[in-house]
Amino acid sequence: MLEIKNLVVQIEDKRILNGLNLTVNKGEVAAIMGPNGSGKSTLSYVIAGKEDYEVLDGEILLDGQNLLEMEPDQRAAAGVFLAFQYPLEIPGVASMTFLKAAMNAQRKARGEDELTTPDFIKRVNAAAAQLEINKDMLKRALNVGFSGGEKKRMEILQMALLQPSFCILDETDSGLDIDALRIVSEGVNALRSPDRSFLVITHYQRLLNHIVPDTVHVMHAGRIVKTGGKELALELEANGYADYRESEAA
Amino acid sequence: MPAVQETIDQVRSIDVDQYKYGFETEVEMEKAPKGLSEDVIRFISAKKGEPEWMLQWRLDAYKRWLTMKEPSWARVSYDKIDYNDIYYYAAPKKNPAPKSLDEVDPEILKTYEKLGIPLREQEILAGIEPERRVAVDAVFDSVSVATTFKEELAKAGVIFMPISEAIREYPDLVKQYLGSVVPVTDNFFATLNSAVFTDGSFVYIPPGVRCPMELSTYFRINEKNTGQFERTLIIADKGSYVSYLEGCTAPKRDENQLHAAVVELIALDDAEIKYSTVQNWYPGDAEGRGGIYNFVTKRGDCRGRNSVITWTQVETGSAITWKYPSCILRGDNSRGEFYSIAVSNGMQQVDSGTKMIHLGKNTTSRIISKGIAAGKSENTYRGLVSAHRKATGARNFTNCDSLLIGNQCGAHTVPYIESKNATAVFEHEATTSKISEDQMFYCQQRGLSEEEATALIVNGFVKDVLQQLPMEFAVEAQKLISISLEGSVG
Ligand SMILES: Nc1ncnc2c1ncn2[C@@H]1O[C@H](COP(=O)(O)OP(=O)(O)OP(=O)(O)O)[C@@H](O)[C@H]1O
Ligand SMILES: [Mg+2]
Repeated sequence: MLEIKNLVVQIEDKRILNGLNLTVNKGEVAAIMGPNGSGKSTLSYVIAGKEDYEVLDGEILLDGQNLLEMEPDQRAAAGVFLAFQYPLEIPGVASMTFLKAAMNAQRKARGEDELTTPDFIKRVNAAAAQLEINKDMLKRALNVGFSGGEKKRMEILQMALLQPSFCILDETDSGLDIDALRIVSEGVNALRSPDRSFLVITHYQRLLNHIVPDTVHVMHAGRIVKTGGKELALELEANGYADYRESEAA
Repeated sequence: MPAVQETIDQVRSIDVDQYKYGFETEVEMEKAPKGLSEDVIRFISAKKGEPEWMLQWRLDAYKRWLTMKEPSWARVSYDKIDYNDIYYYAAPKKNPAPKSLDEVDPEILKTYEKLGIPLREQEILAGIEPERRVAVDAVFDSVSVATTFKEELAKAGVIFMPISEAIREYPDLVKQYLGSVVPVTDNFFATLNSAVFTDGSFVYIPPGVRCPMELSTYFRINEKNTGQFERTLIIADKGSYVSYLEGCTAPKRDENQLHAAVVELIALDDAEIKYSTVQNWYPGDAEGRGGIYNFVTKRGDCRGRNSVITWTQVETGSAITWKYPSCILRGDNSRGEFYSIAVSNGMQQVDSGTKMIHLGKNTTSRIISKGIAAGKSENTYRGLVSAHRKATGARNFTNCDSLLIGNQCGAHTVPYIESKNATAVFEHEATTSKISEDQMFYCQQRGLSEEEATALIVNGFVKDVLQQLPMEFAVEAQKLISISLEGSVG
């Protein structure tokens, strides 16, 4: 379970999150929608532990552990995974090599044995097949020269292999073609389980037809301003964010 | 990923202070009077029991040096060196020319043990298959203190001994080849070396012989205020092959020390020389105090048809590196190769590269350079590829990649190309990449620590060059690179 209480965050003297409260229960799929610049990516970075952000107040607890006191790699080992809105390129490191290093680093941090090479390859092949990622891509340097859609698929492949307990998907649907959207959504749905939660950030109702959320939150100006069921996404699709903008002006 | 894991464990096991070879050995030393003069050169020559012609050669070099100016074209800066404030000769007082290991000062033996350099043949023989053995010449300040496997090599006809001994025992070979690749007048530091060189290795591989083991020289500067002026000469006669490795370390000291070496390689028809360097001189501290000035001239002459010379270097040490191992491709169909990893961190300055001079027909060369700059260091690749009028069909491929870690360091590429033959084909590729904070965060988000992420990216960056090193040294070099980059992130 993830609990965020009164989170206040700034970057370079600019307030971005203004007392944000959010709870995502175990097994829950929560969607966040909100206008550009409302702070969605900022929230995901702060949960994952990116350095640049200054947390002025509040707390983030994952299954009772205080994430704000942990390094990004410790948070990852504790189960936090962020599928980036803009995945980074890692030159010179084959995707395979990267995957193995990441999996083993997390296993080591949890006191587990390293994977044997055959076991690792078996897992990668299975996950790659499901996401329709071909093997040549796994031999190339991670994300270098990958198309936008390929990068997003690679994010989900990593998520499938790392088996995190709290997954954040930051606009994973943007840049995906129709088939890829279906393949990626199926990949995500396959990972849904009673002890794994998701925070799905998106601008479009379309994705939520594939990955059906339990709850939908509306974020505006660094706060969750409304929470509802999956029908809230349809409402937003029809009306946009005008209501929330006005309420701010008032 | 065992190699990466090993690298990381190694990095973790050391303190903030990364240089682990910085200890000092307490032995009584005999030194020449401080400074440089004809008398000092006579002193060195007499200590080495040299013939008159050698002394004359040195004195001529010295006269010439007095008229020369220190070069200033490299992208490095340092305070003026006072050449009269240096000792040019320092040797252990007790038995400077030991005949066997039993005669070597135990303190010195301990030093090499601590450095992990095997000097006892019996111990080496115990654990290793014959083809994995390495013969070592150990040079301590100005003298060679031990050379292993000499007898066994002699059986194959291979001569491997300190150059000071070769001058006495094989004067004709030395006379014929010394200064034939790097002329006495070549450049300021080479001329200085010609006047005052003290020790280094001499290798001669007779025609048709494949040297039965790796040869290596291990240079250690120990004494304070002392320069090291090594001189190495390797001759591969027709159809022979040799692989040679050089390593070096020095204690930590607040003042800078000068290392001005000259290495000459000669490959005759169908011969091949592989020369590898793992350079780990003391780099100075985080504020740039101390460290070795590594000003060396290394050049190979592919004198014969179909000859091959390969330079592989892993440069992690020294406050300043000024070094351009080069190939003169004189013989038709000869080939020159240069593979380099140059790592700089802290306040280190590296200006290194190569020259490939194509003189013969159908000569080929290949340059793969990987520069990694971290901290506040400056890392420059400087290279020249030239084709002479007669070098019909000359070909070169150059690839220079730079990796920047952090944003206070600099990487520069300065390639010169000169072609006087229209059939020459020269290709040049260069890239610069940077490990950004965002990439680092991405790796950490996947569970890798900063050290693990750096090791992973750096290993990926240098793997093409590491593959060129003999296996056991490749592992060593990989560790060294990670250690050199310790503390470079964040
Ligand atoms: N490093 C930074 N310096 C200054 N402002 C920043 C920085 N990073 C983010 N911001 C600002 O914070 C605000 C929130 O950005 P964020 O990326 O979290 O929005 P978002 O909700 O993810 O938007 P989008 O829907 O466009 O992805 C924006 O106004 C952005 O310009
Ligand atoms: Mg965003």
